[in-house]
Amino acid sequence: MAKVFEKPTSFYSNFERKTAGSKKSTHYCPGCGHGNVHKMIAEALEDLGLAERSVFVSPVGCSVFGYYYFNSGNFQSAHGRAAAVATAVKRTNPDSIVMSYQGDGDLAAIGTAETIHTANRGENITVFFINNAIYGMTGGQMAPTTMIGQRSTTTPGGRTEVDHGNPIKVCEMLATLPAPTFITRVGLGNSKQIMQTRKAIRKALKIQAEGKGYSFVEILAPCPTGWKMDPPDARDHLLSTMEDIFPLGVYKDTSEDVTEDHWKRVSLPFDVNKRHEYLQAMKTPLDLEPVELKQDLNCKFAGFGGQGILTLGLFLAQVGMKAGHQVSWFPAYGPEMRGGTANCSVNICKDRIGAPTVEHPNVLVAMNQPSVEMFEDEVVDGGWVFLDSGICTGTASADRLKVTAIPAAEMADAVGTPKVANVVMLGAICAATGTFEPDYVKDTLRVIVRKKELLEMNLAAFDAGWEFVKNG
Amino acid sequence: MARQFMKGNDAIILGALAAGCRSYYGYPITPASEIAHAAALHFPALGGVFIQAESEIAAINMVYGTAGMGIRTMTASSSPGFSLKQEGLSYIAGAELPCVVVNIVRGGPGLGNIAPEQADYFQITKGGGHGNYRLVALAPNGAQEMCDLTMLAFDLADKYRTPACIMADGITGQMMEVVDIPEPKTVPYDHTSWCARGDSETRMNLISSIFLEPEDLEQHNLKLDKKYQQITAAETRYEEYRTDDADLIVVAYGVVSRIVYSTIDQAREEGLKVGLLRPITVWPFPSEPIRKLADSAKSFLAVELSTGQMIEDVKLAVEGRCPVHFYGRSGGMVPGGREILEQYRAILAGGTH
Amino acid sequence: MTTELKPYMDVDSELCKGCQLCLDVCPKSVIAISDKLNSSSYHPAYYIGDGCTGCGLCFYACPEPGAIRVVKP
Repeated sequence: MAKVFEKPTSFYSNFERKTAGSKKSTHYCPGCGHGNVHKMIAEALEDLGLAERSVFVSPVGCSVFGYYYFNSGNFQSAHGRAAAVATAVKRTNPDSIVMSYQGDGDLAAIGTAETIHTANRGENITVFFINNAIYGMTGGQMAPTTMIGQRSTTTPGGRTEVDHGNPIKVCEMLATLPAPTFITRVGLGNSKQIMQTRKAIRKALKIQAEGKGYSFVEILAPCPTGWKMDPPDARDHLLSTMEDIFPLGVYKDTSEDVTEDHWKRVSLPFDVNKRHEYLQAMKTPLDLEPVELKQDLNCKFAGFGGQGILTLGLFLAQVGMKAGHQVSWFPAYGPEMRGGTANCSVNICKDRIGAPTVEHPNVLVAMNQPSVEMFEDEVVDGGWVFLDSGICTGTASADRLKVTAIPAAEMADAVGTPKVANVVMLGAICAATGTFEPDYVKDTLRVIVRKKELLEMNLAAFDAGWEFVKNG
Repeated sequence: MARQFMKGNDAIILGALAAGCRSYYGYPITPASEIAHAAALHFPALGGVFIQAESEIAAINMVYGTAGMGIRTMTASSSPGFSLKQEGLSYIAGAELPCVVVNIVRGGPGLGNIAPEQADYFQITKGGGHGNYRLVALAPNGAQEMCDLTMLAFDLADKYRTPACIMADGITGQMMEVVDIPEPKTVPYDHTSWCARGDSETRMNLISSIFLEPEDLEQHNLKLDKKYQQITAAETRYEEYRTDDADLIVVAYGVVSRIVYSTIDQAREEGLKVGLLRPITVWPFPSEPIRKLADSAKSFLAVELSTGQMIEDVKLAVEGRCPVHFYGRSGGMVPGGREILEQYRAILAGGTH
Repeated sequence: MTTELKPYMDVDSELCKGCQLCLDVCPKSVIAISDKLNSSSYHPAYYIGDGCTGCGLCFYACPEPGAIRVVKP
């Protein structure tokens, strides 16, 4: 059989997406390294039989138009984000072959975070990193890989360590991570290097096809235009200077040790029936048992963090839900809930609830003195106030409010733990306001309190609070 | 009817799962983090994808990836994080990709605080990122709507190939209410003609927002603009309460609309003829109904958790035919019904603000 | 129908950008640069017509996808 070296079929036969110039040639400058790498990737996709399911993610930079050439699914991505786009495509369709193709500015400056984290997650993709030590498309500015002494349009006197930092060695950096499977640096300086590059590209794509994880191929490439050199001189320059700073070689290779599909993630279509079952199973397991609501309850519960203030609100709201009313629960959220004080607003209403925040409560539970002082003036005339009399010193509004001072924490302690002081309060609220009968609330608690021993104490605490109000 | 007592933030994921969203990419931020927590729990359990991204920027670009495959996907954040997503949103809009992004708006500018605000209105409704684009923006005001409007957002995103945004405030995200668990849907859109899934059927397709030639980019912009006009004509949503005979029309959305709602009947009892117009879509903005109400109403009042953003759209809609007053709180301060009622009294007594 | 059985390389002179990298890598030095300009104003490379071994090095050194074709029968 004759061996023919020719344009791989995983290139488009005509580059129809090109808007200027020949539809047969690339937009790259004479002697540019991108074309070589494109050609070897395209050849590998064809030879390995991967082209049909491949996705090529183009970056921003000279290779922004990668999609002109590759007969694959194509994404053009934002500057530095190719690895994030590639991650999502691969995770969503684990059978696809996904390549991100990025230059040094894209991959190692603006996209450093994406580069490192994609490698660290061991995404089963292949990253091709074209390192030509300069920003080509934007006009020859300093790249993260520009070498010390190298002149660029933003380092006109040459890059210095003190003013600009050192060139970043990406392979060396990524090789410190446990997840990546294959990390190598190759070059385009001469035929030997080119053929090594070809081999590395094929190996990287094969690793991905086998589900063996993240592969990264850095390619030292010439930029004759950016370097202001003839193409052959640029290749010589690459050999004489770049290799010293960026040594070629394999920095990591665990492909022999990784089992096939180890890094292949599962992504399944979302079956409607399965979703139906799943969502239905999320329901709050309270059957509707309508109870008439004598009056709307607009409650403010406040105290120290850890006193079960938010839980008290949740319990009462769920009792209201079971009773078929409109309910809302809103916590004061954020640092204050983690630090010291906590409060929440609960509405239980016959009709549509307006503000979920309770500005003027008709029920206030205050489990410390600052809470009394903060909210007592806001309670509507004739409203109920419940104070923990073991903690609070009292209210100044007793003449216009129905005040119940109840040693909730002490009573809770007596039934087993001060933690259920909030449920003592719940019992007191139900008794004083006459909204929900004990059995009804306790049935609710039996459903929503999951821990058996805690449930028993909750039920006892509720009874204690109820009895305290009913019988003193 | 299966019901769940849940946070607004959790209801967003309930709606997303019912809508057939397959993946979630996000970064933690208060007060939106519960959305990520719920996604982390539920998406993998159903065979979907959840990734805690390294940044907000990575997250929105992951959304770009899955959206480019024509598969339902989403991210969520809160104001500072949403600012970081703007570039990605511009790319998504430019490439005409359907996805849902959620912003549980908190206090700004800068680090601000984690308390509720609506001060991202400009950012969400006027662009935010670079270029000529719009976000379809829905503003739920309770947990049930967090679910329902998320489902709607996915449909609108697919129908128009455009990003759709859920704009909610910290209160609507954090509060719990009873939500009817929705029936899951199959996605009725086939994007094979343009998406790139990494298979032979879609091999020829390109996801891109580059139009190098000015003539081409202008045509693309005109095409997008036409789409935005279609959305404006067909998808503007709003709710009215007692506006028929109202002298004063209050315009408020999100949690503020509920606070205002709770004042309307009380105002009426005082003899103040006040009504509420609540935008459900903040983009497209319900300019037309407001314009019509301006024929009969004597004045308007915009109430917002900001120092005055939506009021500009109200003024544009009213076209100078009657005064548009403003009452806003910011920094996480939330107006009470009492102070809003004071505004009605002052305005209807001839005062101006 | 050609009866040529010897290896050869062929340059599409319209696609060649005259970078000369193929000259550099050719172990037999059988590629040269034309005096003529192509329509893109490059001096394209060409095969001198004899001595190609079909090694393919010029194909991989060439940055253009379709400029060089090498046949090794």
